[in-house]
Amino acid sequence: MPAQNFKHALFCAVITLIIAYPILGLNLEAQGINVTLTGADTFTIVSVFLAAVVVFLFQLFRDNIMGSLQGALSGLSSGSQKEPMAENKRAKIESWVLTGIVVLALFWPFFVSRGAVDLATLVLIYVMLALGLNVVVGLAGLLDLGYVAFYAVGAYTFALLSQYTGISFWVSLPLGALLAALFGLVLGFPVLRLRGDYLAIVTLGFGEIIRILLNNWTSLTGGPNGIGGIPDPTLFGMEFGRRVKEEGNTSFHETFGIAYSGEHKVIFLYLIALVLAVFTALVIRRFMRMPVGRAWEALREDEIAARSLGLSRTAVKLSAFTIGAFFAGFAGTVFASKQGFISPESFVFLESAIILAIVVLGGMGSQIGVVLAAIAVTILPELAREFSEYRMLVFGAAMVLMMVWRPQGLMPMRRIHIELNKQD
Amino acid sequence: MLVLENVHTHYGKIEALHGVSVEVNKGEIVSLIGANGAGKTTLLMTVCGTPQATSGRVILEGRDITHEPTSQIMRSGIAIVPEGRRIFSGLTVEENLHMGGFFNTKAEIRKSQDHVYELFPRLKERESQRAGTMSGGEQQMLAIGRALMSKPRMIILDEPSLGLAPIVIKQIFEIIGHLRDEGITVFLVEQNAHQALNLADRGYVLETGKIRLHDTGKNLLANPEVQNAYLGG
Ligand SMILES: Nc1ncnc2c1ncn2[C@@H]1O[C@H](COP(=O)(O)OP(=O)(O)O)[C@@H](O)[C@H]1O
Ligand SMILES: [Mg+2]
Repeated sequence: MPAQNFKHALFCAVITLIIAYPILGLNLEAQGINVTLTGADTFTIVSVFLAAVVVFLFQLFRDNIMGSLQGALSGLSSGSQKEPMAENKRAKIESWVLTGIVVLALFWPFFVSRGAVDLATLVLIYVMLALGLNVVVGLAGLLDLGYVAFYAVGAYTFALLSQYTGISFWVSLPLGALLAALFGLVLGFPVLRLRGDYLAIVTLGFGEIIRILLNNWTSLTGGPNGIGGIPDPTLFGMEFGRRVKEEGNTSFHETFGIAYSGEHKVIFLYLIALVLAVFTALVIRRFMRMPVGRAWEALREDEIAARSLGLSRTAVKLSAFTIGAFFAGFAGTVFASKQGFISPESFVFLESAIILAIVVLGGMGSQIGVVLAAIAVTILPELAREFSEYRMLVFGAAMVLMMVWRPQGLMPMRRIHIELNKQD
Repeated sequence: MLVLENVHTHYGKIEALHGVSVEVNKGEIVSLIGANGAGKTTLLMTVCGTPQATSGRVILEGRDITHEPTSQIMRSGIAIVPEGRRIFSGLTVEENLHMGGFFNTKAEIRKSQDHVYELFPRLKERESQRAGTMSGGEQQMLAIGRALMSKPRMIILDEPSLGLAPIVIKQIFEIIGHLRDEGITVFLVEQNAHQALNLADRGYVLETGKIRLHDTGKNLLANPEVQNAYLGG
């Protein structure tokens, strides 16, 4: 057991470094038109390493620490209800930790560079996408290789609506998501009776069809030239630009009497993405606890048994597919608003592959794992810009190594259950 | 309660059932015995609608269900304990049971759950355990419990004794008898002919997709043909 603990602890410490160092230890700084990477001061770097050491030690002696903690806890409560109490406590601690992370994430952008916040927004978009795809692939077990299509539907819905009707971000957000969900429903209906590989191929084709359609329907979508001038989100009618573009809106910096800064917009977008990502996670969590979430798992585990209980295969799969598509549409709207310009280039197959990689890397079905993987997959390539030609190579190698050494993902889904007496 | 009239079922071009007629009356235990590959599972699955009969009729409580989809049939007061148990091994015992009562209200689920735990106190002890980590006997109990969660009027069991220890088999058969006493109609498929016919009101013998014999359980047990072929002389 100690040897295993040691390996596990080492792994956790390395993960801590991989995640913490890029976020805290490196800053993207704009110098003129170039973005350069600068290292943080020694204090930060030392702290990051200290944190990794703490994680290592904690994981190494986890059993002892948790054991004595639990002993102390059960000493407080009456002995008879020990198991459920521990369970409750763990769930509580977990939710506190999660809340803590979200609170940290809320304040974090005010202390870092603009480039870092921008990158973090992208990470959050990937978190949304991966959480959505996780429902389809991780929970329902449907291999969808064309997920990016729904992302594109969300993004183009906002871009087109704003261009032709001047609709705002907030109105478009639910519309884009609903339209993407509708696409999921319509596509899913005929193809979900296909199994495994066949489903993968058909969804792959669908993803490409949407992209090619966007590319060629020049009169509507502008084809490869894309659509520009997509408006930023507003905060209760306040715009974040230097000058107000829309009649009747006010501007943020004037309302609050502060100096204009481009950073406000970036931070605001980040915060929106954060709120939406948390919203996505909570909604999907809720679904997982509802009967429909169990039905996804049941159908994935044993289709014959699930059907023998009266579950309709099509209805269950379709619900997962549609919900997944809905959140892709969500993410697409945020993406369009963040970029201000979209073109079919942004929705190539590679995107589907990256989102899928995040889900697999994160450990199918687990939400925290997905968040960690989204951070790793988005940030690492940004750091290795000099090696950009080798990016896919490194990416591929990392995936292969991962599958060999840790096929269950970074944080495999741990179902909440109590281990009863281990002795029998 | 359940009537099969001259049912033919195909897997692709191969015919697995060659005109089978079976009747299960309300409140009975009817056992169907037959060798491996005789078509027992095929017959049960035809009742469930996967695969569907290519000709003939399946009638459940007076309703022709021959061409209804599985999901609809399985919501009409009939439940199956499939061959090989097929519990959801990654879900807990309780979650498995809840899947069985998927279309019932919360209050109904709670009631059926209590009832199942009464029948199988073992399951109550393992409520929060992953189903896949239980012993074969416990998994079979869970499969039966899961089927009971929808409060079926009729339950179909496909070789519930398969691969279990004799003492567990005895328990399972006791429970099946108990279900009949509760008023549930039982259609039991077994290779374990002795115990199945002993318990049954009536029995059928299936041989390569055809009903070979049909009589009361007692008479079949005494039948020299059956004794030779299924009871080891
Ligand atoms: N899914 C299937 N596809 C093709 N043939 C099948 C399938 N299932 C069963 N069979 C064939 O149908 C016949 C009856 O099988 P089955 O109903 O499983 O028998 P039993 O349950 O009595 O052992 C066998 O010859 C078997 O090979
Ligand atoms: Mg069989």
